Amino acid sequence: MAEEIRNDAPLVEVRDLKQYFDVRTGAFKSKPLKAVDGVSFDINRGETLGLVGESGCGKTTVGRALLHLYKPTGGTFKFDGQLVTDKNIGSMRRQMQMVFQDPYSSLNPRMTVEDIIGEPLDIHHLYKSRSERHDKIMALMQLVELNAEHATRYAHEFSGGQRQRIGIARALAVNPKFIVCDEPVSALDVSIQAQVINMFEDLQAILGVTYLFIAHDLLVVHHISKRIAVMYLGKLVEIADADELNSDPVHPYTQSLLSAVPIPDPKTARAAKRIILQGDVPSPLNMPSGCPFRTRCRFATDQCAAEMPELKDRGSEHMVACWNK
Amino acid sequence: MAITDTDVNSKIQEEKVEEKVRENEEQAILRVENLHTSFFTDSGEVRAVNGVSFNLPKGKVLGVVGESGSGKSVTAYSIMQILADTGRVVEGKILYKGENILDYSEKKMNSFRGEKCSIIFQDPMTSLNPTFTIGWQLREAIQLHTDYKTKEEANKRAVELLKMVGITEPERRMKQYPFEYSGGMRQRVMIAMALACEPDILIADEPTTALDVTIQAQILELMKELQKEMGMAIILVTHDLGVIASMCDEIIVMYGGRVCERGTADDIFYRPCHEYTKGLLRSIPDVKNMKEKLVPIGGSPINMLSLPKGCAFCPRCEKALKVCLENAPDEMEMPDGHYASCWLNVKKEYEEEINAENQKTAGKEHA
Repeated sequence: MAEEIRNDAPLVEVRDLKQYFDVRTGAFKSKPLKAVDGVSFDINRGETLGLVGESGCGKTTVGRALLHLYKPTGGTFKFDGQLVTDKNIGSMRRQMQMVFQDPYSSLNPRMTVEDIIGEPLDIHHLYKSRSERHDKIMALMQLVELNAEHATRYAHEFSGGQRQRIGIARALAVNPKFIVCDEPVSALDVSIQAQVINMFEDLQAILGVTYLFIAHDLLVVHHISKRIAVMYLGKLVEIADADELNSDPVHPYTQSLLSAVPIPDPKTARAAKRIILQGDVPSPLNMPSGCPFRTRCRFATDQCAAEMPELKDRGSEHMVACWNK
Repeated sequence: MAITDTDVNSKIQEEKVEEKVRENEEQAILRVENLHTSFFTDSGEVRAVNGVSFNLPKGKVLGVVGESGSGKSVTAYSIMQILADTGRVVEGKILYKGENILDYSEKKMNSFRGEKCSIIFQDPMTSLNPTFTIGWQLREAIQLHTDYKTKEEANKRAVELLKMVGITEPERRMKQYPFEYSGGMRQRVMIAMALACEPDILIADEPTTALDVTIQAQILELMKELQKEMGMAIILVTHDLGVIASMCDEIIVMYGGRVCERGTADDIFYRPCHEYTKGLLRSIPDVKNMKEKLVPIGGSPINMLSLPKGCAFCPRCEKALKVCLENAPDEMEMPDGHYASCWLNVKKEYEEEINAENQKTAGKEHA
């Protein structure tokens, strides 16, 4: 089969993805807000790519644009060698699903758990009889360690961690190859976070799904991802192996981001030298010329203001976009 | 002879300990004793805080850590007396310099808030009034609580404060509205407002939870600097163990409205003695356990409406004993001097005692 031939090709190939939003700045004027501006990356089969960055950097938009929850402004997205377009996205969504951040607002309060998990099955006509549908739902609930007796309950009767499990079961219902996880553990308590992270890892081991794991918590992302991509103001600034990125960050933004993470270990925390960034992230409506990070960068030169550096391989697939490093 | 010597020594030591306790109490600017706070709702009494006690020494940072629903914020709000209408302190004392603030009149309480004790909240987006300028809001706090009574004086002081918290061009910034500020800037303004009257105590309720990591680092650094400068005591309420590790002199771990464990950062992180603390530390990703699986705490956080009879953590505890179901454990001093409330420690001590005795008798028999 064609699928098997292409097995070492990456499952997800994103090239120069652009997502602009028109923001009205006056009665007849509008300005493009470049939420994602030329992002390219690959994700291999069964791999987890972590996508990190601060709020407003466009990481969620990348995930949503891939699934055409927004209409991408430009760029291409090849899934399993097939170009994803507006026309085929409906059927493509059988292979790509999403888990959302907020387990409270992403589940319909008027639907029972059974119907929430069953909805994707309905949409894609994945069963022949009512009993098959029921069996599939029960199997999914078991997979995410939910009590099957709770199938007729409503979402509000569950705790945050359990709701996130419902969201995961819904995403898994169509047996997808690729799941975009948009901050799936940010809204959960620490002790529950670990349960859900373990579940993601187990599911990957069992089902071989590929994840794009979007989050702002670097320790969580490092734990779950094989590779990590760092975003700043709509652009990727660094992609590398998770361990390498953590031990040897190259881009000045990655360096300061990592040094800012509070480490839950008093001795390391006391010894840690923080690189405190000055100022705030510039508004994406008023993007600085050239490299977007130059306004807060310690190493900024004239060249940074003139031109955006491209992602360049520094060996062993460690890609960095910086003029000075 | 030898025996009497050790006796004398231990007596001297006891006295020393007592003296130290007394000293601590004198130094403590705020003492909370056996605080119980409940909310009276339609579905019954919610006991949010069940017997929390702690001392806040002058100029120290006390960290209160716990999951949502552990009662950490309610403890903070009880101190400020800003509980929701249905909430009430039902038992216990809150002593500020020896005076119980629960006996304060509303007027006295108003001057206590702000002048002696200030609070910054989690969400800087909603804790500022969107319809007034930053300058107006700062001036209000200053004119209410300090001696800068005229508008000019208050203005001058407000500019000083903004400068202190690292806001550039404070004169121009004074005339702007909150929506023109970023999240980190707003939290800076909140800090400036809280410090306007140089309070003795600053309560920070999840001050950086809504902020990005790089901004969080800025704000934590600022809080540390200001504390060094002004010498106030800080109660830092948070769920983030990373923030706690780098900021606090002393830490309280809360679960189900009770204190599980208290001690220095090193005590809590390197020698945890309560099963909940241990579980919490195991469940967070750390640089050291990246390749291992996380060990989550099973079950879900407790429902405060139906608190278990015994230890609150018992339903989720893997090592729970029979006694845990029935009785809540008392606080016990650990060998290294920090405190934990867990029956397992009592059991361990008891077993050690028996072991020691057995060895003694065995030794005697042998002789």
